[in-house]
Amino acid sequence: MPTPLELEVNGKRYPVHYNPETPLLFVLRDELGLTGSKYGCGEGQCGSCTVLLGGQPRRSCQIPVSAAVGKPVTTIEGLEKDGHLHPVQQAFIDAGAFQCAYCTSGMIMSSVGLLQSNPNPTSADIAQFLQGNICRCGTHPRIVDAVHQAAKAMQERAR
Amino acid sequence: MNKTTSETMIKQPQKPLLEPERYEFTSIPLHHFDLARREFFKLLGAGIAVFAIAKNSQAAQETAPSHGFHPQDLPSDISAWLHIGEDGAVTAFCGKVEIGQNIRTSLAQTVADELRVPFESVRMVMGDTALTPFDAGTFGSRTTPTMTPQLRRVASAARDLLVEVAAKEWNVAPESLKAANAKVTDPASGRSLTYASLARGKTLAQNLPAEDPVTPPSDWTVAGKPIPKVDARDFVTGRHQYTPDLRPAGMLHGKVLRPPSFGAALVVYDDSAAKSLNGVVIVRDGNFVAAAAPTEHEASTALAAIRATWKEDPLKTSSRDIFSYLKNNAEAKSNDRHRNQKGFVEGALAGAAHRLDAVYTVAYIAHAPLEPRAAVAEWSGEKLTVWTGSQRPFGVRGELADTLRIPESNVRVIVPDTGSAYGGKHTGDAAIEAARLARAAHRPVKVVWTREEEFTWAYFRPAGVIEVKSAIAPDGKLVAWDFHNYHSGSSGIETPYAVPNVRTEFHFVPLVLRSGSYRGLAATANHFARETHMDALAHAAQIDPLEFRLKNLEDARMRAVLEAAAKNFGWPRAKAQNRGFGIACGNEKGSYVATCAEIAIDKDSGAVRVVRLVTAFECGAIVNPDGLRNQVIGANIQGLGGALFEAIEFENGRITNPRFSRYRVPRFRDIPEIEAVLLDRKDIAPAGAGETPIMAVAPAIGNAIFNATGQRLTNLPLIPNGLKGT
Repeated sequence: MPTPLELEVNGKRYPVHYNPETPLLFVLRDELGLTGSKYGCGEGQCGSCTVLLGGQPRRSCQIPVSAAVGKPVTTIEGLEKDGHLHPVQQAFIDAGAFQCAYCTSGMIMSSVGLLQSNPNPTSADIAQFLQGNICRCGTHPRIVDAVHQAAKAMQERAR
Repeated sequence: MNKTTSETMIKQPQKPLLEPERYEFTSIPLHHFDLARREFFKLLGAGIAVFAIAKNSQAAQETAPSHGFHPQDLPSDISAWLHIGEDGAVTAFCGKVEIGQNIRTSLAQTVADELRVPFESVRMVMGDTALTPFDAGTFGSRTTPTMTPQLRRVASAARDLLVEVAAKEWNVAPESLKAANAKVTDPASGRSLTYASLARGKTLAQNLPAEDPVTPPSDWTVAGKPIPKVDARDFVTGRHQYTPDLRPAGMLHGKVLRPPSFGAALVVYDDSAAKSLNGVVIVRDGNFVAAAAPTEHEASTALAAIRATWKEDPLKTSSRDIFSYLKNNAEAKSNDRHRNQKGFVEGALAGAAHRLDAVYTVAYIAHAPLEPRAAVAEWSGEKLTVWTGSQRPFGVRGELADTLRIPESNVRVIVPDTGSAYGGKHTGDAAIEAARLARAAHRPVKVVWTREEEFTWAYFRPAGVIEVKSAIAPDGKLVAWDFHNYHSGSSGIETPYAVPNVRTEFHFVPLVLRSGSYRGLAATANHFARETHMDALAHAAQIDPLEFRLKNLEDARMRAVLEAAAKNFGWPRAKAQNRGFGIACGNEKGSYVATCAEIAIDKDSGAVRVVRLVTAFECGAIVNPDGLRNQVIGANIQGLGGALFEAIEFENGRITNPRFSRYRVPRFRDIPEIEAVLLDRKDIAPAGAGETPIMAVAPAIGNAIFNATGQRLTNLPLIPNGLKGT
């Protein structure tokens, strides 16, 4: 049954009227128009739908919208601040870390999550963390490069 | 066998046959074009326009329709055009589509280079049947060899036109003027005029002169450079809208009721409960049943409320026995087009010093593009607009017109830059489904296939059986080569090696699963068999595999890639415990590839890890080295999946592994160190690069596994369950 719920997405509050079981991904895309998070598999296997939920990277196709109530959600649309790209976004551009770019939002959100918990990851750490994100075009080496570049930029900025 | 597919196959030889295994082509579209010259300027504003005419046969076959233009306005065989606006903005139009191969960038580079304008001032309009010239489709690695030269000639003619306008203005000879940096300059007087000022107030149009010299690769300034992907910022911010992201006002979500198995027919049907649901539209048309509703969830609920009983007609084979099935069901007489013979193969085989025969198999695999098939359809009266991720916008327009029984002139197909395809998006299935629902609903409808639908109802790279008989002389020279491909296709079937007695034949087998194009097509299968077999022959002759290939190769370009890969890899490598090294090469669609692979074996678990790949690639003059490197490395990684573990499993007419949790694709921890060695041949016109670099990956890895273990693997995928499972 559709139920009134309140979501906090990218710092804004949204009242929504949805079946609580509906995956968060579909509410973000169809109700809030935040289509940067992608559907790729619907079983949490490809990572295209990754968002930050309470600061943690999560597969939004596997999260019932009711489970997102009371936790801030950050989507790819929420990373850019005052016209400035997040260092991970900038690093993906600088490393040319995409081809068709359909996986890019999910890759960036997962990488942001990784760098929060591990600011200076090794290539093996990155591969391990992004193991659940699929890129079919085969851009993996450049994505690993981009995460290294972003880590460096974020550390320099923090200094 | 399914009836529709059999009809398709029978009709096939009557079509312009670009690739014999393009099974998914079902009809020749009737090509209309309704953008007349007057409307062209109305749309784009005043300025200068040049239209390219495709005259040479290959380009004409691919990019020019045979009829349907307004001959009084435009010539009948236009393939590309370009417009320079009063503000100096350059817009180039072509019917190709961007699916991740980066041609939106490389084509704009080409235009900027030839027109002598900054890269940033060029915008490409692509894949829109109302705005761009007819194009057969974006496949076969044809964009760079056919579209690049046409756009270059258009840009060159536009530059000449601008010089002529300036020459008239100054009353000097055009030959004395120079065009550079978006300006025409008169070196004698130092005067100059920008392209923008030259285009101001004009509606000048010109058809491309028959021959116009273009800038040779050695003089390129914008082309040949590693320019980053255009619109990159839109992709990293989530702003780019792929087809599934479109949401026109009033749009409904559509869902299709899929049969339980291939070929099932609807025998009992009751949709009264579904129809009573609020806001739901149901369409039933033969076996096609679909629902549209305000949300995807409501559409699914409506489908679940339909009572449908299907009569199943299970396939006679499954993924367990498909190879013997294919062999037993091959048509006795194959098409001559796919047969090639030289010398006397039987005699040479019988009398040879060393004889080696083997059978190779290749499983069905799926493209699994991350953006599933999707379409948004919107009707306005009798006019239909469809946005869809497709490699053939004009082909999809034809499919829509045929299926919906409306004239093609009422259909517009627009392809937003798409979340990849790999040969998998040639058909208009989702477009037809969305359009059919939208017509009934009188509202826009979006259909996005689920991953399971994508794995089941799209088409596959066909399975195949390849039989090879061969013989070598005592000195290691090939003397006989007898090569038969059953079902998977004929591209890349001809051996590049020098052999006096050769027979190659493609044996047609009626379709089992719906099959079609895939990156590299059958060339991957044929190269796997040939290059694995060459390795086995080298071993039999006790000659190093690289040396054995070079001994039998005359083609200098093939030798060059082999030597480049070997040099960068450090071939030959000293024998090492639980390590293996393999090499393979090939050529297809005008480009050459060689791959060296290093693998590591875990003796206890039988796990095989690919440690390193070095792929040398040569496709003539390089247009964008950065984009090319991305394509070559991407093809190597995609090739890992088909080489090691990807296989579609099916039984009783059902795909039994239609999910990423059941169908393994390459992931980060599977990725070896990969080096792409790009050979830039400025003396050779650019060829396409999307497909060929995938071809040598599987045999190089298989040969490395043999090198480590002595075990010769002859089936793709090589190790779906590790070495112990083989």
